[in-house]
Amino acid sequence: MRVSPATGTFGPMPPNPWFSWDYVQQNWSDIADALRIHTTMTIEAVLIALVIAVPLSALAVRVRWLSGVIVGTASVLYTIPSLALFAILAPIVGIGREPVLIGVVMYALLVLIRNTIAGLQGVDPDVVDAARGLGYGPSRRLWLVEMPNALPGIVAGLRLATVSTVALVTVGAVVGYGGLGQLMFRGFQTFYRPEIVTATLLCLLLAVVLDALLWALGRALTPWLRERSAA
Amino acid sequence: MNIVGDAITWLNDPYNWTAPGTGIIDLGVEHLEMTAAAVIVAAVLALPLGIYLGHTNRGAGVTILAANTTRAFPTLGIMFILATTGLFGDGAAIVAAAIFAFPVLLANTYTGMHDVDRDVVDAARGMGMSGARIVTSVELPLAVPLIAAGFRTTIVQVVATIPLAAVVAGGGLGAIVVYGFANQRYDQVLAGGLVIAVLALVIDLLLGLVQRALTPVYQRRGVRTA
Repeated sequence: MRVSPATGTFGPMPPNPWFSWDYVQQNWSDIADALRIHTTMTIEAVLIALVIAVPLSALAVRVRWLSGVIVGTASVLYTIPSLALFAILAPIVGIGREPVLIGVVMYALLVLIRNTIAGLQGVDPDVVDAARGLGYGPSRRLWLVEMPNALPGIVAGLRLATVSTVALVTVGAVVGYGGLGQLMFRGFQTFYRPEIVTATLLCLLLAVVLDALLWALGRALTPWLRERSAA
Repeated sequence: MNIVGDAITWLNDPYNWTAPGTGIIDLGVEHLEMTAAAVIVAAVLALPLGIYLGHTNRGAGVTILAANTTRAFPTLGIMFILATTGLFGDGAAIVAAAIFAFPVLLANTYTGMHDVDRDVVDAARGMGMSGARIVTSVELPLAVPLIAAGFRTTIVQVVATIPLAAVVAGGGLGAIVVYGFANQRYDQVLAGGLVIAVLALVIDLLLGLVQRALTPVYQRRGVRTA
């Protein structure tokens, strides 16, 4: 006889296995919903962060003193704990989707900015000189020469940011919008292990799948690197 | 609605700081104790292993892989799973935080030991030093900057993980936020978020100074947290 936290009564514990296919089948629509929310939130956040990070990084590489300001601000945002960030954002922008999205974008920024700056700084100066010699202006040089050469660094940043974002979105459960985190939270409240474990495994799976897709995208976008290593 | 003003009012109420057990001071102390416990557990396991692997030059792939995979693990899921095995609140948060701290410390310790100039180690061996002496008087002192960087990253990460303890009925500063959400007291939520954020930033700043002090001047450029 034990106290059952689920019912608050004394009695034998209901079966609580680590995993149950029955649970997955019966709750598939909930699980699929949570997975869809989690996936769209992650992709949206990383894309928004990328759109912000690329111009900022380009600026940081050109203007020396701005690089400290940009990286410094991103580092401060990154250091703020996720629960605290959601707690600061939720009262201001409201409960639900917005604080989670804004929060995870803020975290993705630092990784993306750091990697893009490293990628841009790693571009062979001779290549940039050659482009200048060919008459490329500063903006054409940036977008047609430096950015493509920085792509491996940017993709590495995207992969790191995506994997961390998948894990972070779950904390959104505290403001009621955590995707798979919502399922974990419900599983905790009802003390039902299969729900927590299924959501946790799906989280890992989602991270692995998105990471593999980005790796493939990186390879597809930089065919010249493949030819070089094959030669 | 002036939520920011309300949060400042909340922070200005001395009772919210001094309330026994639920005030910012008591919860903050608990927060730091839990942080220390998690970091110590992780360090006791990661330091000897990292020193051994780095010294013997083994397990590079595994340590890096471990450091990268744990990024994908949802902390909340791990804490809920621990809770269903009977480990609630502070205990669950400490264990979960230690699980995430371990690979970071391991990877940094390994890299620190492994990146020591091989010529220096060879010279020490040529002078007749034993393996143990090479570790304690040559490799470890040279690895200190990277190990310090690992501790800084780890401690900041643990300080950021511990607030989640409140979600599984634990203490620490996260309790202010979680109770605030539960009671729809958003002034308290915002105030709690600010307190946690300031604590994390101050700790990061202080550890940055410690890390700098522990790093010899000639190594300061180029040493970065992993």
